[in-house]
Amino acid sequence: MSVDGLVGGLLASEGGGSCHLVPEGCGFPAPNGDIFFFDPYLTLSILGINFEITKAVVLMVVGSVIVVTFFLVAFSRPKLIPGKTQLVGEYGYLFVRDGIAREIIGKDGDRFVPFLTTMFFFIWIMNLMGVLPFAQFPVMSRLMFPAGLALIVYITYMYLGMKHQGPWGFFRNAMFPPGLPVFVYVLLAPIELLGLLIVRPFTQAIRLFANMFAGHLLLVTFSVGAFYLLSPSIIGLIGSAASFIVVIALTGFEMFIQGLQAYIFTLLTAVYISGSLHAEH
Amino acid sequence: MSLLAEVTGSLGSIGYGLAAIGPGIGIGIIFGQGVQAIARQPEAYGVIRQNMILGFALAEALALIGFVAPFVYGK
Repeated sequence: MSVDGLVGGLLASEGGGSCHLVPEGCGFPAPNGDIFFFDPYLTLSILGINFEITKAVVLMVVGSVIVVTFFLVAFSRPKLIPGKTQLVGEYGYLFVRDGIAREIIGKDGDRFVPFLTTMFFFIWIMNLMGVLPFAQFPVMSRLMFPAGLALIVYITYMYLGMKHQGPWGFFRNAMFPPGLPVFVYVLLAPIELLGLLIVRPFTQAIRLFANMFAGHLLLVTFSVGAFYLLSPSIIGLIGSAASFIVVIALTGFEMFIQGLQAYIFTLLTAVYISGSLHAEH
Repeated sequence: MSLLAEVTGSLGSIGYGLAAIGPGIGIGIIFGQGVQAIARQPEAYGVIRQNMILGFALAEALALIGFVAPFVYGK
């Protein structure tokens, strides 16, 4: 916002209007979906398709580099007595191995631990971008990022299921679990098939996306509110301070949600892989 | 055609409110029962917590879809 606008707003509020400091006239400028769209820094045209390099893409590359560099530093020269970085890396790795892979998949889950660990930390860093100063945009609040991850998971568990149970056996085991009355299958089979093919990747992507979307929108709403309520009056200052305190509290809450959503995404990945490896649920 | 009742304003907000009822109840039940299970059998904490979070994630998805839908089909 420009200095002129700020001064104009100040004058307007002193002149008896209740427009606070917002230059764009009265009324609360509630944030909407537009805050998730950025102007591209540059546009690459490859084979007639435009690839726009926006803030989200830049943050994703930065996040990938952070994750890759961290694990390279932590594990490239492993020592018997781990240093600080290696200790943190091992702690994260063990968390995924013992808490997710072995708990859900079982003994043969160990070969999926690198995949799950990378996925967990990648999503976590992407989400943390939402509260990191200067970044302050959760990359996963753009649907196509979680959709891409969900697609990777989808291909993985489809391939594993068809490999371990056979192409037909995979669907048969999911649609017709043994030991149920016949009329139940009429209901169960379509639901299970739909779940396997569409609902699983859809909900997995939407869950991560919507959590980050809602969290970011909430933070922006209260940040804008704190600024909007700021006016040279006691009530205005109290309202603004209250809104700002809510922003700080919500930031803490968001950090919890971000870790939780990364955990849930990885957990569901493990559950799907487990369902593909073993026929019984 | 005469109108009996009319809703104006943001229908998306009302839709989200309606969509949040079911998952709200569901999540309450999940965590309530989860805490009860942990209290009864503290040594099974790991398994219970895991399944609790899994159930929470599945129930929560409905509310989140309800949250996103107004933005997608908004105005």
